[in-house]
Amino acid sequence: MPVVVRTLALAAVASLSLGLAACAPAAEPVAESEPQVADTTETAVELVADDYVILYSGREETLIQPLIDIFTEETGITVDIRYAGTSELAAQLLEEGDQSPAGVFLSQDAGALGALSDAGLFVSLPAEITDRVDANYSSTDSSWVGLSGRARVIVYDSETVDPEDLPQTVDDIVGPQWSGKVAIAPGNASFQSFVTAYRVLLGESAADQWVSGLVINDPQIYEKNSAILEAVNDGVLPLGLSNHYYWHRLAAERGVENMRAQLHFTTTGDPASIVNVTGAGVLVSQQGDADAFALVEFLVSDVAQQYFVDQTFEYPLVPGIDAPEGLPTLASLRVANLDLSDLRTLAETQSLLQKYGLIL
Amino acid sequence: MPHSAAVEVSAPQGAGTSGVDANGRIGSNPPWWLVVASVGAIALVSIPLVYLAVRGSGITGEALVGILSGPRVGPLALNTIGLGVAVTASSLFLGTVIAAVISRLRIGATRTWLLLSALPLAVPSYLASYGWLVLVPGLNGFLPSFILLTAVTMPFVILPVAAALRGTSADGEAVARTLGRGPVSAFWSVTWPQVRPAAIAGALLVFLYTLSDFGLVAMLRFQTLTWGIQQAYAASFDRSQAAVLALLLVVMALAVVGAERSARGQVRTSVATHLAVEPIRPVIRLLVVALIAAPIVIGVVVPLVGLGMRLLQAETLAALDVARLATATGNTIGVSLGAAVLALLLALPIAALAARYSSRWVGALESMGYLSNALPGIVVGLSLVFFSLQVLPGLYQTLVVLVFAYAVLFMPKALGTARSSIENVSPELVSVARTLGASPFQAWYRVTVPLALPGLGIGALLVAITTMKELPATLLLRPTGFDTLATELWSKTAAAEFGAAAPYAAVLVLVAAIPAMILSGVGSVAKEEL
Repeated sequence: MPVVVRTLALAAVASLSLGLAACAPAAEPVAESEPQVADTTETAVELVADDYVILYSGREETLIQPLIDIFTEETGITVDIRYAGTSELAAQLLEEGDQSPAGVFLSQDAGALGALSDAGLFVSLPAEITDRVDANYSSTDSSWVGLSGRARVIVYDSETVDPEDLPQTVDDIVGPQWSGKVAIAPGNASFQSFVTAYRVLLGESAADQWVSGLVINDPQIYEKNSAILEAVNDGVLPLGLSNHYYWHRLAAERGVENMRAQLHFTTTGDPASIVNVTGAGVLVSQQGDADAFALVEFLVSDVAQQYFVDQTFEYPLVPGIDAPEGLPTLASLRVANLDLSDLRTLAETQSLLQKYGLIL
Repeated sequence: MPHSAAVEVSAPQGAGTSGVDANGRIGSNPPWWLVVASVGAIALVSIPLVYLAVRGSGITGEALVGILSGPRVGPLALNTIGLGVAVTASSLFLGTVIAAVISRLRIGATRTWLLLSALPLAVPSYLASYGWLVLVPGLNGFLPSFILLTAVTMPFVILPVAAALRGTSADGEAVARTLGRGPVSAFWSVTWPQVRPAAIAGALLVFLYTLSDFGLVAMLRFQTLTWGIQQAYAASFDRSQAAVLALLLVVMALAVVGAERSARGQVRTSVATHLAVEPIRPVIRLLVVALIAAPIVIGVVVPLVGLGMRLLQAETLAALDVARLATATGNTIGVSLGAAVLALLLALPIAALAARYSSRWVGALESMGYLSNALPGIVVGLSLVFFSLQVLPGLYQTLVVLVFAYAVLFMPKALGTARSSIENVSPELVSVARTLGASPFQAWYRVTVPLALPGLGIGALLVAITTMKELPATLLLRPTGFDTLATELWSKTAAAEFGAAAPYAAVLVLVAAIPAMILSGVGSVAKEEL
C-alpha cells in the first residue's frame, strides 16, 4: 500500500501543536518527542496516511460497524475494529500506553475519555474537528470530542405507576413512597456524573444528604443501566434511574407497543435529567496517523451524526441536526451553569458514594 | 486384561533407586528435568500474580488501609466467602453422589448422562442467569446465585470423580456389602477414600470459579469482591485499587488451596478389575435420574429456553449470518483445542511432581499453580497485555498470546485431575518398568501417562469447555477482528439483541458436547485396556 503524505496534514499539525500548548497542564508528560510549544511546528509529527487505522470501540458492533463501513466506502481507509466494553478498553489502553496499536478510541462515556486524557494518552484534535461540536458537550482541552448525547431519565413501570405520582425532582426519589422501589447502578459512569452534577448544582452538603437519604431508602443496586430497564419493563420494580436511549434500543427489539417501561424527564435544571456524552479521541501512540484524524473527523460529520440520531436515538452534538422525534430538545435539557468540565470532579463523587457504601 | 488380580500395593522392598514409600510416593529426589519443567510451568502461570504485585506495589500503605477499610470491603469479602463455601460444599456433595450413581447404578445410558453432565460448564454464567431472569424476572440475591452456581460448577466434581470411579475397583465395596454394610456405608468406607483426591481437587476448582465469577453475580445482584474489582476498573479506572482487591482474592484462594492439600488425603492405589453395576428398582431409578438431570436442567435447559423465548419475542429478527456463525464456531474449536493441549502440557510436570514426591517445596509449588485461577478474567487478561507488551510485543494480540492466556487461566483445571490420576497409577508398575531397564522418563512416558490418560483427558476437557465460553481475557487479547462464539454472544447481548444471541448459545453448548463425547469414548477405551 503506497504511503501518501496528505496536504491536509499541514493544517492539522498546526492546530495539533496549538492544541497541545493549550492543554499542556491537563496532560501528564507523554513522550520526549512530543511537541510542547507552538513554534515547534516544523519538528511536529508529520501526519502520514497509509489508508489503515485500528479503532477500539467501546460501543457495540451492530451499531458501529455499518457506520464505519460508510467511512471506508467514502475514503478507502480500511478500519480494523476491536470491540469490548468501554471500561475494559480504557484499562487496556492504559496498560498499552504508547505501545498501543489503536489509532482511535470510541468511548461510551466521558469518564473513560477523561481518564485516558489525564494519563496523557490522547493527542489534541484540530479545531476543524472540535469546532463542529457544541462546546458544552466536548472536552475543554481538545483531547477528545463529543459524538452523541444521552439524557439521564427516570424509567417507570406504566402499569403500576400513575404518571401524576412520578418524582418531579431528584429529591422526590428519596421520599418514603419510593422506599425499596428504585433501581440504580452506582458503579456506572452515567450515574456518577449525575451525582457530580448534583454536587455542582446544589452543593456538597446537599449532595451528601441526598446520597445518605438514598441509601436509607433501600435502593436496589444493579450493575448496569440496561439491566435496570429490563427489570422495570418486567415489572420487578416501579422506578429506575437510567439513560434514555436504552429504552429505544429495547423497544426496537421488543416492539414499542410491548414496552411496559416508559421514560420520564424531571423538571428542567434538575440533575436527574442531565445529558452525558459518548466521544472519541486519537491516541498518542498513533499520533502521526492521518487516517486516525480522518476517522474522528468523519464521526462528527453530518452523515455520522444523523446516523446516531436514526440508529440509536441519541442526541446529535453538531448544531443543525435535529434530535430524535419524541424527545425533549437538547437545549431544553441543558442545565444553565453546567458543562462537562464541571463534571471532572469524579473522584469526589466516588468518595461520597464510597462513604455510604454504594461503591467499593 | 493383563492385571486381572486386584493388587493392593504395599511398600515394595528394595526397588533400587525408585523406592516407594508407604504412601505410594517414589524416592525423595525427583529427576532434574521434572523439576525444571515444573518450575518453568509455575513461572508462566504466575504471570498474573507478578503483574498484580507490580500494580499493587505503587500503592502507599495509607492508601492500602483506605481501600481495605472501606465500608463495603468487609461485607463483600464475607459475601464472597459465604457464596464460595456454600457452592463448594453443595457441588462437592451432590457432584460426588451424581458421579457415584452414574457409575455404580444400573440407570442406563451411562455415557450419555456423563456427557450431558459436562454441558453446564459450557454455558457462560451471565447467560445462565439471564435465561433464568427471562422466566423469573426479579430473581436476585444469595439463594439464586448459590443454586445456579452449584449447577454450573458441578461438572468440576462429577467428571473427575466419575473418572476416578472408573479407575477403581468395586470389589472392596462388594466385600464390604457381604460383610453387612449398606451400599452408602460401603461406598463411604471403601470407595470414597479412593475418589477423595479427585473430588476434593474438583471442589477446589468450584471454589476458585466462584471467587472469580462476575457475570452471574452481577446479573443476580449478589455483590462479591469480583463485582468490586470490575467496578474499580469501570468507574474509577483505578488499577491499583483493583490490584489490591484481586490480591485479596488470591489470599482467600491461598487459604483454600492449603485446606485442599490437607483434606485430599492419600490414595491407596489398586488396579481396577471390573465395574460392579447395581440393579435398582424403577422408582429409585426415577429419583436418581431426576437428581442427575437437575443441574443439567438448571444450568443448560432453562437458560436456553429463556433465550429462546426472547428469540420468539423479538420484533425484527435479523437473518442469521450462517457464515459468521461457522467462522466463530471454527475459531472457538481451534483455540479451545490449543488451550487444552497447552494447559495439559503445563500441568503434567507439576502433577507428576506433586503426585510422586511429597516435600514442602513441592507442595508450595503445586499450590502456586492454583492461585491465578481465583482471579477474574479481566485481571489475567490485563496482566498478559502488560507481559506481552513488555516481553514479546511482536506477539501482542495474536493467537499465540490468546491461547497462552487460556492455558494460564485454566491450567489448574487440568492440574488436580492430572495429579490424582497419576497418583492412582500404581507405583509398583513404574518400579517394574524401572527394573526392566526403563529410564525414569521412559517409565513415566510409557507407563504412567497411558494409565493416567482418562484423568488427563478429563482435565483437558475441563480446559477446553471453559475456554469456549471465556470472555474477558478473550476480548482483551484476541487478534483484532477475531471472533469466538463467546465474543459473538457478548456482542449480541451487549446490544440487547438477546434473540439474535440464542443460536450462538445453542451452538456453544453443542460444540462443548464434542469434547465431552470424545472423552466418554477415551474413558471406556482406557478401561478396556486395563
